[in-house]
Amino acid sequence: MGAMVGFFGFSYQFRWSVLWQAPHGQWLLNGLLMTLKLTAVSWVFAVFLGILFGTLRTVPFRPLRMVASAYVEFFRNVPLLVWLFFWYFGAPEVLPESVRQWAIHHGMEYWSAVAGISIYHGARMSEVIRAGIQAIPKTQLESGIATGLSVSQAYRLIVIPIALRLIVPPATNESLNLLKNSSLAMTIGVGELTFATRQIETYTAKAFEAFTAGTLIYLVLCLGIAYVMNRVERKFAIPGLIARTERAEH
Amino acid sequence: MNFDFAIILSNAKFLLLQGLVGIGMFGGGTLRLAVPAILLGFMAGIILGLARLARRPWIHYPAAVYIEFIRGIPLVMVIFWFWFLVPIVIGRPVPEYWVALTAFVMFEGAYIAEIVRAGIQSVPRGQVDAATSTGLNYIQSMGSVILPQAIRNMIPSLVTQFIVLFKDTSLASIIGMMDLTKAAQTVSQRELRPFEMYAFIAVVYWACAYGMSRFSRRLEIRMSPERVPFR
Repeated sequence: MGAMVGFFGFSYQFRWSVLWQAPHGQWLLNGLLMTLKLTAVSWVFAVFLGILFGTLRTVPFRPLRMVASAYVEFFRNVPLLVWLFFWYFGAPEVLPESVRQWAIHHGMEYWSAVAGISIYHGARMSEVIRAGIQAIPKTQLESGIATGLSVSQAYRLIVIPIALRLIVPPATNESLNLLKNSSLAMTIGVGELTFATRQIETYTAKAFEAFTAGTLIYLVLCLGIAYVMNRVERKFAIPGLIARTERAEH
Repeated sequence: MNFDFAIILSNAKFLLLQGLVGIGMFGGGTLRLAVPAILLGFMAGIILGLARLARRPWIHYPAAVYIEFIRGIPLVMVIFWFWFLVPIVIGRPVPEYWVALTAFVMFEGAYIAEIVRAGIQSVPRGQVDAATSTGLNYIQSMGSVILPQAIRNMIPSLVTQFIVLFKDTSLASIIGMMDLTKAAQTVSQRELRPFEMYAFIAVVYWACAYGMSRFSRRLEIRMSPERVPFR
């Protein structure tokens, strides 16, 4: 049984049970699991790329800085949706046959989405990490080198560990952006949460119920992660250091 | 595979005029959506940001809930909400352009509100007190004392957000609005050359977004207080 609600003379029959009726409940659950998996895998790649290129943008060696800037400026200034289409529709044409075959057999949509999201967010994460490194006084690096560490040791043992603690808030923000942006993977056919809600809407014509479910799940995920990271931030804050890293750039 | 420049050249007019600018039989257009969305989103953001800073609880709680709610869900969801529910509520279909514009203003307004709030909070408290003590009311002190200083502090994050919004307009293609992305999709289905099409629009998007960020850097230098000559 559902309640009738009228808006301006138009009535809508609510039927919330569509959300847990078979097979819709299973779709939602699978969608949620896919969103989590896509987010987690892309996040790992994005953080790796972010640390790599974010660090390279600060090293005292110009050619490396230029390579890193080119990567960051190129990838973050083009919409993610365009990247997804590019990796899914465009790139397979130019990939070697063996890679293409592998991707087709291992879920082309999924790996295109992982590539698109992690390269795009890797560029954005680089900016967060660069800002974190630049917030550390340059004397830290210099004194590290003065004690006999090589430049890469000084980065690995001194600069990056401090920077990672400084950037917890903007990096959390950016990670949540990644989670929300994973919804774009539906456009290339990845069965994630938004895809599942669209599917329920298509099959039942119950737009309100389907989108409420999707919205609430995203909301719980985002607010939950933000809450946990707020705790983490306090735990990892460096006592006595009030360095504030600037917000993540676009 | 060889890169086919001729395909790009023969479709560039459609992609740029119809897709980017929005001149053509399909309406739409990335810039025709992005420019009003940026202006209206900025206005919505100022109102929401001020509301969040308001002292009266019945003003700032709803604003805070709205901002946190919107920031916790993906833009695609917001677009779908408008796309599927506005027709149910008002009883007739709405053109994609207006659905997209409304969704972008509502969505970006929440993000800009946070920038506005941070900008206003960066203005020294003494400025507020000074404005009040000279007898200005709320609107006067906001309009002629606080906001002009706050906006200068906000420019970097604000332009960043405008660039995000510009890139986000590509999502309007999901509900079928003919923007640059949709135009490239349409052409690549006809020509079967997706690589060239998406590479081309990537460059177009890049040029616009990168141009905006260079412009903002120059604006920042011009507006930084230490460069303003003594009068």
